[in-house]
Amino acid sequence: MAQPDLEIVVDDPTAPEADSPAVVGTHAVEIAVSLLLLALALTLGYDNWRTGIAWDSTGPEPGYFPFYLSVILGGASLYGLVVTWLKRREPSETFVTRAQLRRVMAVFVPTLLFCLAMQFLGLYVASFLLIAGFMRLVGRIAWWKSLLTAFLFTAIMFVTFDIAFDVIMPKGPLEAAFGF
Amino acid sequence: MEAFSLLLHGFAVLMTWKILGLMMVGLVLGIFVGVLPGLGGPNGVAILLPLTFTMDPTSAIVMLSCIYWGALFGGAITSILFNIPGEAWSVATTFDGYPMAQQGKAAEALTAAFTSSFIGSLVAVLLITFLAPMISSFALKFGPPEFFAVYLLTFCSFVGLGREAKHKTVISMALGLLIAGIGMDTVSGQLRMTFGSSELLRGINFLVAVIGLFGISEILLTMEERLALRGHAASISLRVVLNVWKDLPKYWVTLLRSSFIGCWLGITPGGAIAASFMGYNLAKRFSKNPESFGKGRIEGVFAPETAAHASGTAALLPMLALGIPGSGTAAILLGGLMVWGLNPGPLLFVEHKDFVWGLIASMYLGNVVGLVLVLTTVPVFASILRVPFAAVAPMIVVSCAIGAYAIQNAMFDIWLMLGFGVVGYVFKKIGIPLAPFTLALVLGNRAEDAFRLSMIGSGGNMKVFWSNGLVGSITTLAIILLFWPVIDRAFGVAGRLFRPSRPSPAER
Repeated sequence: MAQPDLEIVVDDPTAPEADSPAVVGTHAVEIAVSLLLLALALTLGYDNWRTGIAWDSTGPEPGYFPFYLSVILGGASLYGLVVTWLKRREPSETFVTRAQLRRVMAVFVPTLLFCLAMQFLGLYVASFLLIAGFMRLVGRIAWWKSLLTAFLFTAIMFVTFDIAFDVIMPKGPLEAAFGF
Repeated sequence: MEAFSLLLHGFAVLMTWKILGLMMVGLVLGIFVGVLPGLGGPNGVAILLPLTFTMDPTSAIVMLSCIYWGALFGGAITSILFNIPGEAWSVATTFDGYPMAQQGKAAEALTAAFTSSFIGSLVAVLLITFLAPMISSFALKFGPPEFFAVYLLTFCSFVGLGREAKHKTVISMALGLLIAGIGMDTVSGQLRMTFGSSELLRGINFLVAVIGLFGISEILLTMEERLALRGHAASISLRVVLNVWKDLPKYWVTLLRSSFIGCWLGITPGGAIAASFMGYNLAKRFSKNPESFGKGRIEGVFAPETAAHASGTAALLPMLALGIPGSGTAAILLGGLMVWGLNPGPLLFVEHKDFVWGLIASMYLGNVVGLVLVLTTVPVFASILRVPFAAVAPMIVVSCAIGAYAIQNAMFDIWLMLGFGVVGYVFKKIGIPLAPFTLALVLGNRAEDAFRLSMIGSGGNMKVFWSNGLVGSITTLAIILLFWPVIDRAFGVAGRLFRPSRPSPAER
């Protein structure tokens, strides 16, 4: 199969178009992230202040170190916020285009569903569903290939982790039916 | 030569079928990880870490470090054959590697890349063999203030020397340190930042965060790209290998220069990425014929690959000697040490001789075996790229989930992983560096303990960080590095004031 000078060609039929319009620019995201971090810094700072940021007989109280870290985090976020705010009129780079966002969601949403399914079905059944479903629906790969790959991969994982290495994964009704 | 006899002892530790087998498995997995888009050195190591939980520490570290070597080798394959850097540190390899492949010299380029990787690692391993024991025995005299000063130095050098916007590095680092502090406080036993949640009681595990930040976010980022590729398939014949090796002595200056750059940037937190670019640029600048770079010159492959590997390997030096990782991957290995019940730091060399010297010996052996392995199996690994990403992506997600769950057997960690995946995606896109975050997360508790112990020892007097020559100079150096950009600029301005008429070499 691998002869010299043979070209390897792989196509990407669902590639995001290059001229897709931007959903949001980096400036807007940076401002949002700075605000979130600032809020986080305030919350954590307040919590640590409550825990105690002073000195007692044994040295600094538990909140001392994280409190000053919250201050640093808050300061840096504030700086970032101001810098980005001042630049807001300048043209901003694209954070993500619509086509890109669609593709990112095409992998993020299944991952989210996989995490949810894992709670009820156990890791292995959820993995099987994720791999088979993703290959078929997103990758448009033939059903038999998708099912076979998903089954093999899940089986190998099960044998490697649960049987060979004794790393116990969450299980659901199917494994229970087989007595695992 | 005490180091030499200890090294021989290390080889003796390695010579069991089990460890040699794990080494091969690690190398193959590593090359996979390096070749596949959406997986890199740090996340490969992070995802596969759970496999090693039930192993003894020596087998575990040998396998994990071999994954790392494999990933370093694997990155070069896709850069040269497909013009797609499998890893950020192999971007510079594409400049001359891909043109070589287009001219039908793919085999030469690959041989050059693998050989120079091998040379780079070898130089760095030699450095580790002889320098690490010395540094660690020196560090045995360290007390809490010295350790805190060294941690401070690490953090400050990230801020001062990093190429990202300073406030973003600071954000990343402070966030990492804060997250490391969540949960039970080790000194007083009080709860911090848990907000009444029983899940946060355990704290946020470092590895869960890393799997999310590097594994999940990398998948999201990869999906944004157009994943079509065209490339050359190549197999390497013995004749080509020998031809390239015969010419090696001609390039000794380049190889040596890149090795030094790599070692230096590996120990300081510059990293393999910076090292590969610097190696390439310097080779170009010192070349008699700089225009020929970028058009398929073999030196342009030698220079970045040597530097990247030297740096990737040298990053383990501070981790072994001081318990301070020099790179993201080293930070994850350090997290592994803690999982296996070892206490990273200078005492490792005293208390766990088998472990340390086994690891160092495995660096020699792993690189030799890795070199032979990649030279013989390139066509197989190149054809992995035929596997569509739609099949690879869900498998990586599943591996990430297994890894994240296995660490503490907690379902909550799966959600944390997902959350960190989104955070990593956003941070990478707006230029907040993740390496300082990783480092802060793994060192956070140790840095805080060192700080509090020194404060308790001194009765709260900050002067303890200048109480003797050693700790004083480390602390001062840390502060200088923190303000390095300011100092550098000030000197630049002063220099221009005194020599206004002479243009600097950069401007000429």
